[in-house]
Amino acid sequence: MTNLPVSFWRSLIIIVLVALTTLATRAIPFILFPNGKKIPKAVEYLGKVLPPAVIGMLVVYCFKSVSIIESPFGLPEFIAGAVVVLLHLWKRNNLLSIGTGTVLYMVLIQYVFV
Amino acid sequence: MTGYLFIGIAFGVMFADKGYNFLWAGLMSALVYAGSGQYLAVNFFDPSVSLLQVVFLTFMVNVRHIFYGLSLLDKFKVSGKKKPYMIFSLTDETYSLYFLTKTPPDVDEGKFLFALSTLDQSYWIIGSMIGGVAGSLIPFDSTGIDFAMTALFIVIFVEQWLEKKNRFPAIVGVIASLISLLAFGKDSFILPAMIIIMIVLLSNHRIEEKKNKTGEVEKND
Repeated sequence: MTNLPVSFWRSLIIIVLVALTTLATRAIPFILFPNGKKIPKAVEYLGKVLPPAVIGMLVVYCFKSVSIIESPFGLPEFIAGAVVVLLHLWKRNNLLSIGTGTVLYMVLIQYVFV
Repeated sequence: MTGYLFIGIAFGVMFADKGYNFLWAGLMSALVYAGSGQYLAVNFFDPSVSLLQVVFLTFMVNVRHIFYGLSLLDKFKVSGKKKPYMIFSLTDETYSLYFLTKTPPDVDEGKFLFALSTLDQSYWIIGSMIGGVAGSLIPFDSTGIDFAMTALFIVIFVEQWLEKKNRFPAIVGVIASLISLLAFGKDSFILPAMIIIMIVLLSNHRIEEKKNKTGEVEKND
């Protein structure tokens, strides 16, 4: 435990805070709508359409620091991203798509676009 | 499910890079259990990040769980005593598994869902500990390994895209986020993006409902 960037106790506090905050985001709907309580129509609709919208948002979130103006113009990200899409459409295998895309990206930024 | 093993390993390696060994990685994966949340959290172990920021950023990246819960209110009614764990373990991967896999006809659904979620978390904890050991033992350049998270979201996006009914909300999500990113910059675009998404989707819901109503009236005439 010698080379931690922050103290041992602070590290534990951070983990507990992240755990509690994460749990809160998961528990809120079940606290608001316990078994048997009627769910409003608009909320029901949001439950259906929000997951794809939020994943779309998270994809953008992952690419937020990519600059298309400066070299390498986001090429490693877009090449690796496109490979993940095509490979997944072809094989529909989560592990294969994620693994190949990640290794390819690492090779691209460490050796190709240095 | 094995997807979790890989992104778990990636998390363990990233955390080891920061100076935290496999025990820390295992502890965090047991207590927090969140893919993107833990990737993001690796950056919190820095003197420049305040505890308030830890809570706020964690909330922002995980706020989508609220919407997962909303669509599982019904399904979890059968879970009884296991319900607290089911809620705790509601991750992207587990959530999508609930919709990809069907409970076999001779198996109790509550038990089946519980088995899925515990197995998923075991993969996650084991993966992150393997990554933690590998990261501290084998000195290799892990730059770019965080792309595993991007790849995971792309895979989920593609899976959802294949279902036609998801395409409209998916497009709304991407475009609203891009507009918000251009307008507010990369450090503060998530909240405005979420507000735009909610407004667009809810107004679409209203328009659809009105259409349905007028459609019914016309039929009655």
